[in-house]
Amino acid sequence: MKRVGKQTWVFDDGVYIQAAAAVVGPLEADGPLGSYFDICHRDLYCGEATWELAERRLMREAVDCCLQKAGVSAEEVDLFLAGDLLNQNATSNYVARELPIPFLCLFGACSTSMQTLAAAAALIAGGLADRALAATSSHNATAERQFRYPTELGVQKPKTATFTVTGAGAALVGRAPGRWRVRAATIGKVVDAGLKNPLDMGAAMAPAAADTIEQHFRDLGASPGDYDLIVTGDLSRVGSVIVRELLAESGYDVTDVYNDCGLMIYRPDQKVLAGGSGCACSAVVTYGYLLQELARGTFRRLFVVATGALLSQTMVQQKQSIPAIAHGVVIEADGQEPG
Amino acid sequence: MEYVRAFLAGGVLCAIAQLVIDRGKWTPADVAGSLVVLGVLLGFGGVYDRLAAWAGAGATMPLSGFGYWLAKGVMAEPRPEGLIETGAAVFRFAGALFAFIVAGSFAAALICKPKG
Amino acid sequence: MGLKSDYLREVKAFQPSPSYAANAVKAFLVGGTLCALAQWLSDWYGGVFAASPLAAQLWASIVMAGLAIFVTAVGKYDDFSQFAGAGATMLIMGLANALASAAIEHRSEGWTAGVAGQMFKAGGASVIYGLIAAYVLGLVWP
Repeated sequence: MKRVGKQTWVFDDGVYIQAAAAVVGPLEADGPLGSYFDICHRDLYCGEATWELAERRLMREAVDCCLQKAGVSAEEVDLFLAGDLLNQNATSNYVARELPIPFLCLFGACSTSMQTLAAAAALIAGGLADRALAATSSHNATAERQFRYPTELGVQKPKTATFTVTGAGAALVGRAPGRWRVRAATIGKVVDAGLKNPLDMGAAMAPAAADTIEQHFRDLGASPGDYDLIVTGDLSRVGSVIVRELLAESGYDVTDVYNDCGLMIYRPDQKVLAGGSGCACSAVVTYGYLLQELARGTFRRLFVVATGALLSQTMVQQKQSIPAIAHGVVIEADGQEPG
Repeated sequence: MEYVRAFLAGGVLCAIAQLVIDRGKWTPADVAGSLVVLGVLLGFGGVYDRLAAWAGAGATMPLSGFGYWLAKGVMAEPRPEGLIETGAAVFRFAGALFAFIVAGSFAAALICKPKG
Repeated sequence: MGLKSDYLREVKAFQPSPSYAANAVKAFLVGGTLCALAQWLSDWYGGVFAASPLAAQLWASIVMAGLAIFVTAVGKYDDFSQFAGAGATMLIMGLANALASAAIEHRSEGWTAGVAGQMFKAGGASVIYGLIAAYVLGLVWP
């Protein structure tokens, strides 16, 4: 492992994703990627009594499913890294309570999927763990009631608003060769463009995403053509156009290789306004769809840039602007079959 | 035709509120609060009495109508005097609506879970 | 000129603006229809129970508020409002929805801290402003 440039870690000794799992709610299961997810819940409550318990169940199932696919027991995992959107990272803490694994709790809002994956890869590469589990979750109703309004309140949301994805993703990272190789990670800086509207997070996060992607190219001397796909986490219809424009102004034309998880997870006719968002958005698209397509050979090398709006309800009410961050991880298909 | 008048008055009030919300400076909660206060002011001025006589439910159903009920409680004869009578008079008509909504909401919460 | 030079200004070109006309028309049609329905209820009540116009109007508002609470409880008022906008939220039905939705949402935190304690978190502002305005004006109005 070494640092290249200012913000990019390159894992040249071999860090692999050995297994990954994605669990989703009803609307995501009904979307175009429905068949890629491991567990699809037909009920938004996932059989639990409250929204928060439902989200906890999503993450727990993603963790269990991931470990089962890897054929590894929880005791054999050296480190658990997780985060979510609830205050105090409640979902992650309560899931970790049930696991016999040392736990690092991380918060990066919707960038948590790649934040945990990058941190896990670095700890593995540094020899501090042999196997680490990275997980994240979000739930439409828990996010809605914490950040916005009661779920049944009649509010006409603007076209720029996004729809929090209900789901959870988990990935087991380790030294032993697996189907996917974590090649590099670029850790983003907090970028605050000065926007204040919590119902337009795509525009608030796009500068952070562009910053991380540009830094990645600069650090590695890479260009958009080096990737089969560059995906952002949840910039949605609004932010995905802005990030392309920002990158074009810096001389990087990503049009042919760019997509956004928030646009991939739902059909255009599903009522999700500008598209999907939330920690689970990039997590389930990456750990469900993208990894399977990498294994299938559709892509060889991906750059997943998970974007997070680091917004706090209290700060928004105090008229503070919304800080944003983006972390990117390069994932490659590895020729070797899992051992 | 009274239904047409109710339709027009209620519809216009809602459309104006919609335009104010879409302009983006005020949140829906700001607009709702302003409508209620507007209803109170016009209720005291006597304007809302005339509007209610013309438009019927087209004037009393919008949130400004809630403000009107509040004002009407104070303005209706016999006029209240002093802190105690005025405080009670505010709820003379609005109280019927208010108590029903509070009790009805609690009852709904007794029976139903949020559907998401 | 570009996004990088003045993001706050240039980004406006990328943010879709509301469909002012369509939203206003929907609010007009839905709000107007609900008011006409309330007028019909009021007339019916006034006719059958020989109630005063004032009592009939109040009764109609209560029935419509009850309808809003019911639609909220079955989970459809949020979808209805996304379509109708102010036509659904700026009526007394919207106030009923605000209280009912908060009450239902917080039943997971118990009856006192949840349902009763949080009931006014969305609709409280309009009740409080109206109450203060009517009370203060009532004290000073000649």
